[in-house]
Amino acid sequence: MNLAGRMIAKGKASGPVLKSEVPVGFFGHLDCDTGVYKEAGHPFDGECVKGKVLVFPRAKGSTVGSYVLYALKKTGQAPAAMVLRECDTIVAVGAIIGEIPTADCVDIAQLHDGARVTVEDGEIRME
Amino acid sequence: MKLSPSEEGLLEGRGGKGASRAMEILAALGRIHNAADMVPVLSVQVSGISYRNIGEHGLAFLEEWAGQGSKAVVPAYMNPGGADRKLWRSLGVSADFVDKQNRVIAALQKLGVKPTLTCTPYHAVPRPSLGDHLAWSESSAVCYANSVLGSRTNREGGPSAIAAALAGCAPRHGLHTDEGRLPTTVVEVRCPVPKAADAGALGYLIGRLLSHDPRGGIPFIRGVEPPADKTREAWLKALGAAMAASGSVGLFHLEGVTPEAVDAGMILMAAAGRHVPVESLEVGRRALFSAKGRPNVVALGCPHASLDELHRLEALLKGRRAKIPVWVFVAEAVRAKARRSGLGGRLETLGVTIIADTCIVVAPLAEMGVANVATDSAKAAFYLPSHQGVGVYFESQEDAVEAAVAGELGKAQGAAAP
Repeated sequence: MNLAGRMIAKGKASGPVLKSEVPVGFFGHLDCDTGVYKEAGHPFDGECVKGKVLVFPRAKGSTVGSYVLYALKKTGQAPAAMVLRECDTIVAVGAIIGEIPTADCVDIAQLHDGARVTVEDGEIRME
Repeated sequence: MKLSPSEEGLLEGRGGKGASRAMEILAALGRIHNAADMVPVLSVQVSGISYRNIGEHGLAFLEEWAGQGSKAVVPAYMNPGGADRKLWRSLGVSADFVDKQNRVIAALQKLGVKPTLTCTPYHAVPRPSLGDHLAWSESSAVCYANSVLGSRTNREGGPSAIAAALAGCAPRHGLHTDEGRLPTTVVEVRCPVPKAADAGALGYLIGRLLSHDPRGGIPFIRGVEPPADKTREAWLKALGAAMAASGSVGLFHLEGVTPEAVDAGMILMAAAGRHVPVESLEVGRRALFSAKGRPNVVALGCPHASLDELHRLEALLKGRRAKIPVWVFVAEAVRAKARRSGLGGRLETLGVTIIADTCIVVAPLAEMGVANVATDSAKAAFYLPSHQGVGVYFESQEDAVEAAVAGELGKAQGAAAP
């Protein structure tokens, strides 16, 4: 099954879904060296984002978050792709400079933890 | 969104990898905001350049982008970094920090961004005019350009401003468009707002009132006027800087004063859905007061002061030497002018340090030994406790200068201190 989205950052990548129903903050929560997300009570708390397709409604927090996504790419800990309901400037810039395929305007209710999906130029394919 | 053939060319790499990445960022932001097309911009101002804020990852990214060989095609200016390039040592900034900060500046220079290092480019370079499209990013500069000068810019981020500089354009949405500049809220001010610090307290309250406005709050302010004397510009600057800090406001209309509220005032008002009163500034003044002890310094020039403001500081000191050090932050161009005219030297003999290239909000205050400051800036008072762990005596410039001369706090504020 395919889900239509809007391309934010181009490219093709596959991986298992890691999903949060609540906004995700990059700056201050993601350890760039280990790829582990830390925020007490958050669905991503303790999870490693490396190679995952992050699915979340939208981002929150500092604009420095763009540089965190870039840093994750450089340390090899970046998510494979990102899928959002609503993408903001912080994630868009971070996805482009970190070269992480990203789509938004997606009905994320269709995507569940652990499912394998491919994101390509804004389109999401579920396997 | 529609791209012109030359913009498509940049995207496809005809301007090099750096410009292609720039266009990719701008096109994505255009899609997110449903922009119809790109608008050419006259100038760019790049924020997010203090090493204290962007850290090693930000620096690595800027150096990579700078290595891709593309350069700004329109005049582009830097926001303050973390250190005065001449006085850093005497101000207690570490050599390691200055080295990293200089690498950030060097990378941006390689991208064609000029090291103006100021949040008030309108005091340092030719001013944009009514209707000019810009891509500026420091929040108070954006608010001043949109509101007081009537230019048109969104609140760009650091990378998107650099992208605009390399491509010479920005996505046309929001504050670039007529409909995106209509007020969302009418603010009726029913108390006196005589001084710049009062305007800051008012701006802080307005920002708080508008911070939940879904499309970004744009106030239409009535019932108040800036002073008619030389403090007018500082008053307007303080008002905008404070609401930009507390409410992410990028544009305000002030009835009978700002260019778009002179002719079309009533039409603009009719578009705003909500009316809110401001009866008193007291709540704002109290919320901005966070000092935990005697101030180490009196910090003025947030946003950066103009030459007029430096003259006014000399007038307030009346030849008396300050016992608490007074730091006043300015653009290097303003400091150079003050030094040439002798004003800089006279202020320095009275205990004033004129600091350029940086500001009280983005400098590494902990390593500079600053724990509490007195300031007339509502913007600084808003950011310093949370961003720097520094306490603030928020008071008028007159009271702050008197406190500096007396070596102790003004009576009223002293009594209010915990």
